[in-house]
Amino acid sequence: MPTVELTYREALRRALREEMARDENVYMMGEDIAIYGGAFGVSLGLLEEFGPERIKDTPLSESVIVGAALGSALTGMRPVAEIMFMDFITIGMDQLINQAAKIHYMYGGKACVPMVLRTPGGSGTGAAAQHSQSLEGLLCHIPGLKVVMPSCPYDALGLLKSSIRDNNPVVFVEHKLLYSGRELVPEKEYLVPLGKSEVKREGTDLTLVALSVMVVRALKAADKLAQEGISVEIIDPRTLVPLDLEAIINSVKKTHRLLIVHEACKRGGFGAEILSQVEESDAFDYLDVPIRRLAGSNIPIPYSPGLEKGAVPQEDDILGAARKLVG
Amino acid sequence: MTLNKNDLIRMYKQMLTIRRFEEKVAEFLSQGTIHGTGHLYIGEEAIAVGACRAIENEDYITSTHRGHGHCIAKGADLNKMMSELLGKETGYCRGKGGSMHIADVETGNLGANGVVGGGIPIACGAGITIKMKKLKRVVLCFFGDGAVNQGVFHESLNLASVWDLPVVFICENNFYAMSTATKIAFKIKDLSLRAASYGMPGVKVDGNDVLKIYEEVIEAASRAREDKGPTFIVCDSYRWKGHSRSDAERYRTKKEVMEWKKRCPIERFKKYLLDKRYLTREMTEQIEWEVNLSIQEAVDFAQKSPFPSLKTLEQDVYAN
Ligand SMILES: Cc1ncc(C[n+]2csc(CCOP(=O)(O)OP(=O)(O)O)c2C)c(N)n1
Ligand SMILES: [Mg+2]
Repeated sequence: MPTVELTYREALRRALREEMARDENVYMMGEDIAIYGGAFGVSLGLLEEFGPERIKDTPLSESVIVGAALGSALTGMRPVAEIMFMDFITIGMDQLINQAAKIHYMYGGKACVPMVLRTPGGSGTGAAAQHSQSLEGLLCHIPGLKVVMPSCPYDALGLLKSSIRDNNPVVFVEHKLLYSGRELVPEKEYLVPLGKSEVKREGTDLTLVALSVMVVRALKAADKLAQEGISVEIIDPRTLVPLDLEAIINSVKKTHRLLIVHEACKRGGFGAEILSQVEESDAFDYLDVPIRRLAGSNIPIPYSPGLEKGAVPQEDDILGAARKLVG
Repeated sequence: MTLNKNDLIRMYKQMLTIRRFEEKVAEFLSQGTIHGTGHLYIGEEAIAVGACRAIENEDYITSTHRGHGHCIAKGADLNKMMSELLGKETGYCRGKGGSMHIADVETGNLGANGVVGGGIPIACGAGITIKMKKLKRVVLCFFGDGAVNQGVFHESLNLASVWDLPVVFICENNFYAMSTATKIAFKIKDLSLRAASYGMPGVKVDGNDVLKIYEEVIEAASRAREDKGPTFIVCDSYRWKGHSRSDAERYRTKKEVMEWKKRCPIERFKKYLLDKRYLTREMTEQIEWEVNLSIQEAVDFAQKSPFPSLKTLEQDVYAN
């Protein structure tokens, strides 16, 4: 199968390009996405290809970006809106949580809102507390929203295409540190379905569920652990809502140990949800040791490089947590 | 477009339908037959009817918490409306929405809204659809004076203006947002002045004059259809009833309410029609009878309808 090497950024761009070419109802809007190409360059070049009608630069107005995306989705379009930093979804939160997420249910199943909200989350760029949050936990709490968090170019491409074709409001959380990561992906068109996790590495001693950029760190840690004789199985849920619990359960039944790693603050984070769901499942009987979570500190993301790194799990932290669980 | 005699009579009948529907809802609210809250449109009927008469079936509206009038004026089925208010399976939202969420997207009613100002950006989105699909439609975006002080009002009117979206923004200024009088919530006396800062026309109109409202909306809608952008229309009117189910109305005087009742939009229009000899006394009685019958039928239909089964509880959180 012929392949091509793409960055995560290019993979997203290809998904957008393919879906816009496929369906004239798909269009994009957001702040500085046209000539500038988006704050992280994802949509660079799409303006030339699709024109300003379909690559819309909006005024600096997050509420109306989300609300107008919803209104046009409700009336037959498939908008892909971009919120420049995940932190700013809070400004469009009424439209996202009270409106978009609820319409299908509130209207008795008689209307739907096929929209995608793309937004980059995560720390590591020195942008401090208002440009570095991982707020997916807030969103997962809201029935009616789907939440997608790809960790690699292959998934970013296939999941974005599926998100655009989905008939629900989907929040598509990208990670700033992943944009330049590269990978070979098929040249031919493909989709990655929502609600399907992937085993990123097979192993027998420990199941490690990692989200977004933590998958990359976990994979590196797993290489080192292998040299120590610890075999780690890494699962990337890829979509948090809907969550493919089955895959995690099956893995836990095999390894008898579970470590969950994410960047968002530990308190109320999605790790707690995974932990509870596994505990409530029949995998509980297979556990040899209690489930552990490794997550961000319960603090705003600080600026100074050392502090910033210290606030969220790094490769060494994963190594330490894994050794403790297996040892 | 000039209205003929039959159009005018139909408008009168629709205003009366809203009035009688709301009176029934008021009765149900006080009896507890409707278990949630409800915001009555009595006194403001001219706005919804005048505005919606100026658009076509395929055009869109976004509505508010005080939305029954818009819904009826957009041509809703009273049976489904009443059923929704009573929480029945046969309601517009199968009993899941209630008064503040009645919607019928297929016929262009994009929904009432429980969040003040919540529908304004949604109207912009429908405007985007119209423009991108070259549909030549318009969106009427209704909201109250309270919504004018929501941040999203600013974002939305600005976006609609810079993108020439085919939206007519219709502010129903009834001089209060719950208890908060416009005179303490605005430094400006004429809310339509706000339009200037978005570079769109701002119009102030007597919100109890159904024909004036019709004329303004016709003009704004034709501008919108010709791709000339949005208009902001402020209709001054008054809500006769309390804000919602429970309101001691300590913020206004009985005298003020009485003054406005003298300017009843329905009586006024009726007088106009009688003076013009478009209507006779007998005809008004006949209309009254028909309206009451339609409301009674809606009540019967709703009361006979089943409540939704608990099986539907977890249905339709996500679309397929
Ligand atoms: C964002 C928001 N804040 C507060 C409320 C509670 N509330 C419901 S209606 C209302 C007053 C709205 O006034 P206005 O927009 O003038 O409409 P009116 O009720 O007068 O028709 C308030 C405060 C709400 N629903 N939404
Ligand atoms: Mg008001």
